[in-house]
Amino acid sequence: MVRYGVMIVFAFLLFGIILLIAGNDPIQSYRDLFGSTLGSAYGLSEVFVAMTPMLLTALAVALPSRIGLINVGVEGQLYLGAGLATWGALAFGDLPAWLLLPWMILLGMIGGGLWALIPGILRAMGLVNETITTLLLNSVAPLIVSFLVFGFWHSPVDTNKTPNFPPAARLPTLFDTRIDLSLVIGLLLLAVFWLAMKYSRWGLEMRAIGGNPQAALRNGIPLKTYLISVMCLGGAIGGLAGMAQVSGFYGVLLANFSRGIGYMGFLISWLAGGNPLGIVLTSFGVAIITSGGSLLQITRDVPYAVINILLAFTLFVVLARPQLLGRRKAA
Amino acid sequence: MTLLAVLGVLSSAIYSGTSLLYTTLGEIIDQRSGIVNLGLEGVLLVSASAGFALTAITGNPYLGVAVSMLIGGVMNLSLGYLTVTRRANQLASGLSLMFFGFGLSALIGRPYVGARIVGLPRLPLPGLSNLPVLYSSLFRFDLLIYLAIPAAVLVWWLLFRTRWGLGLRAVGESADIAFASGRDPRLIRYQALFVGGLFAGLGAAHLSIAYAMNWTEYMTAGRGFIAVALVIFSKWHPLRAIAGALLFSAAVAFQLLLQSSGTQISPFLLSTIPYLVTILVLMLWGGTRRHSAPASLGRVYLGTE
Repeated sequence: MVRYGVMIVFAFLLFGIILLIAGNDPIQSYRDLFGSTLGSAYGLSEVFVAMTPMLLTALAVALPSRIGLINVGVEGQLYLGAGLATWGALAFGDLPAWLLLPWMILLGMIGGGLWALIPGILRAMGLVNETITTLLLNSVAPLIVSFLVFGFWHSPVDTNKTPNFPPAARLPTLFDTRIDLSLVIGLLLLAVFWLAMKYSRWGLEMRAIGGNPQAALRNGIPLKTYLISVMCLGGAIGGLAGMAQVSGFYGVLLANFSRGIGYMGFLISWLAGGNPLGIVLTSFGVAIITSGGSLLQITRDVPYAVINILLAFTLFVVLARPQLLGRRKAA
Repeated sequence: MTLLAVLGVLSSAIYSGTSLLYTTLGEIIDQRSGIVNLGLEGVLLVSASAGFALTAITGNPYLGVAVSMLIGGVMNLSLGYLTVTRRANQLASGLSLMFFGFGLSALIGRPYVGARIVGLPRLPLPGLSNLPVLYSSLFRFDLLIYLAIPAAVLVWWLLFRTRWGLGLRAVGESADIAFASGRDPRLIRYQALFVGGLFAGLGAAHLSIAYAMNWTEYMTAGRGFIAVALVIFSKWHPLRAIAGALLFSAAVAFQLLLQSSGTQISPFLLSTIPYLVTILVLMLWGGTRRHSAPASLGRVYLGTE
């Protein structure tokens, strides 16, 4: 734990130097960053808002990873889920919220699940590695959403987004903040994931497959069924993340709304080792950085994207695992 | 539709395909040595912004191209540090590098948004000088376009006809066996990443200095991932990468043609075709068990300690 702390301080130092070179006062910038996020109830609520999609996209990676599937395709699953959920919002906008929202959630999960079905089947048949297919499909999904938005769904005013969703199609927000119900859904799903992996038969069988697929197969575990269904379930959660983004956060479908939330999920799940509690903590940390970035953009006049440098430095030092304290004993 | 329109579309397809080809060649070199570089998008962005900035400052596009290449190499070396020396997961390291590129390029490029530069000079195709100006002006290409196909041949020669290339491919197939036969997998992977980065940098330079001649945040718009797809499509072979780059840019050209002829087919759907073709081709290969991916692609070399 101490080592992680030291590493992250190191990342912040590096980014401070970059800020200094770019002509900003690093100390003041960091005070802004933390003051704006952890310093007030509103700031903290914004951190939770930023964290919400990460919980879901990380779970979409963590679940398949338990049986050795590498799902790099959450970005695509997110888009398709958002697309199908939007269709629900536009076509069935007259329904009451208690009927419309579950229907949209179902549609979002179907969208993401179907998108993951292709890599799942190809992998189970032994034709193509799922890493490759999910990556390729990532590039296809935003194009399909763009096709739908520009071609059919766009509002009379803008060509690149749909009209605003009716109130019934919006996920309810909590405590007068922008936090919406999908945060609760994400945390619940992570808890279910933890319980299922630990106590259910499926969890046991999945752990067996993750340990040794051949041995699992010989013990009568239906390997192919697991490969396909777990991949689809991961995709469905990715699709749910997309639904939550359009229904909860934006309230509208923008043609290119995500620039890497799905990939971020992959990183978070990987850093957390697929562990549910780790996912919550890592998402929280990443969310502090990304939501602090928007304030930095306003007060420090640096492009919003610059906060990605701090994020990447943090990831780099964690990935590089510098041996600051250990190792010396071995020498 | 006039001949002029068709030629114009062809010309713009060549422009958009060139940077893809260079980038794909770079990624082929990386992956042949066993490293998946998912950070390509970030590498391209930083290279393109740095090259553009330097061109804007010095007014010399060749200097800009050189810096782009160098930055591409250095960015790739940082991936090498994580994946080779620190033995970190390649996919996660690559994605981190991508986010790093988003940020750094925005910072580098911000003062130069809207800046005007003198791009790479465009030279007419020899033999076309007696055509009417209207036509010959479409076929004035910069040096990097003329060098694109020779570059693919060069990479093929490097990988398949030199001892260095043999060692590189050996490491990509099995780092342990390469080590046992007296090669240093770590050094070779660093070299592969650096050379691959030089080519990626060329692709980025062509995009910002020769083709678009401006800088906008996130201007690569997914080209890094297209190149990764192209590597798979071309079965990790530099000469097939030419065909791959042609397919992708033909899809772009076809869209422009259809738009100019007023046909109602969505350009977005057309853009999906190359990816779908790639997946189909992979399925067919998968069925015949003729895999040609480097066998230790993506694996961490733990060394022998």
